[in-house]
Amino acid sequence: MVTGDVKLIGSWASVFVMRARIALNLKSISYEFLQETYGTKSELLLKSNPVHKKMPVLIHADKPVCESNIIVQYIDEAWSSYGPSILPSQPYDNAIARFWAAYVDDKWFIALRSILTARGEEEKKAAIAEVEERTDHLEKAFMECSNGKPFFNGDHIGYLDIALGSFLGWWKVVELDANHILLDETKTPSLFQWAERFCNDPDVKPLMPETTKLAEFARKLFPKPQA
Amino acid sequence: MADEVILLDYWPSMFGMRTRVALEEKNIKFDYREQDLFNKSPILLEMNPVHKKIPVLIHNGKPVCESLIQVEYIDETWPGGNPFLPSDPYQRAQAKFWGDFIDKKVYGPTRLIWGAKGEEQEAGTKEFIEMLKMLESELGDKTYFGGETFGYVDIAMIGFYCWFDVLEKCGNFSIEAECPKLIAWAKRCMKRESVAKSLPDSNKITKFVPELKKKIGIE
Repeated sequence: MVTGDVKLIGSWASVFVMRARIALNLKSISYEFLQETYGTKSELLLKSNPVHKKMPVLIHADKPVCESNIIVQYIDEAWSSYGPSILPSQPYDNAIARFWAAYVDDKWFIALRSILTARGEEEKKAAIAEVEERTDHLEKAFMECSNGKPFFNGDHIGYLDIALGSFLGWWKVVELDANHILLDETKTPSLFQWAERFCNDPDVKPLMPETTKLAEFARKLFPKPQA
Repeated sequence: MADEVILLDYWPSMFGMRTRVALEEKNIKFDYREQDLFNKSPILLEMNPVHKKIPVLIHNGKPVCESLIQVEYIDETWPGGNPFLPSDPYQRAQAKFWGDFIDKKVYGPTRLIWGAKGEEQEAGTKEFIEMLKMLESELGDKTYFGGETFGYVDIAMIGFYCWFDVLEKCGNFSIEAECPKLIAWAKRCMKRESVAKSLPDSNKITKFVPELKKKIGIE
């Protein structure tokens, strides 16, 4: 099986980049990490992802793969004999994992981000309520998928764990910004405990950005409007 | 044990058409149940409580939601015949990329073309043409998006074809003039029985859009 050389274009702060890095760690694949400079887009990025011009981009034997969830699936398939399976093997479980991963991106993340971009208390309160409602859905999803096991994927971290877990650094930053708990031990106990397990996983721990550093970066990315 | 396959759908939906085409391609017998989206049925609300949207594929009582997820599910569950996705991981990633592109970039502008007016509509038209050109460039001179065999990206895109007529009328432009290869591709797809069976006539969609606008309160 030809491994070829592996490069990943990304940034330490990006949730989507982290997904690819976790997947590569799970498969014990070494890669060259090409850190993008904030505020600019490298020539390689623009050339490798001409359609969206976004990171992450995985470049495997000179062939680019774009879109974080697609990259994770690709890593699982290209290195299928390395390490544990990332996607569930049964078609139905696979469909459920992909459904919830899409929900995380299309509904949950949008709500989380709107807390950071909210103008005024009313908008912030509404955004927080939306995140709480959607996090509640994810708690139910965890029960449905995990079947009593420690992760969405069962015994090991998998596709949906990666899709949601990569947000944990930002989740904390948004909590601080909103001054409101968004991952509540009593309201969503299963998710709360899953989050701790996920962050402590050896393939995740070295990648999770430090909260203070990320909060500082968030202030750059989402500047508060002048009063 | 015979499979029980139900599809909750809405006849003009280009997303529902994906699932119809996929099921027909695999020769799966299914119970098509037309939904009233303005008065959602208990089964729809029960089977898709999160989004309350069609299409919903119910296989032996278990729901699968989201059209492209359904297409992949159908391909994996009934592996006979031509696979929709190639086996090579890189080719698969490419196919999924373009399916995702169609969802993220092609659908949005269509709503502006038939649903908006003035500058908004013009912007939608411009964006739509730009996105179609990207797709056409990806298609190149191939028979189908995946090469010689009809597959995932073709299924993802073909439902939009029956909407082209109304979009052209609303946006006052010609898709064939802008993207002749894409039109040629669509006509090839329409020759397939699965597609001909699953897509409504263009003029049905064209007649339907003004009614839809009234129903959702757009003038």
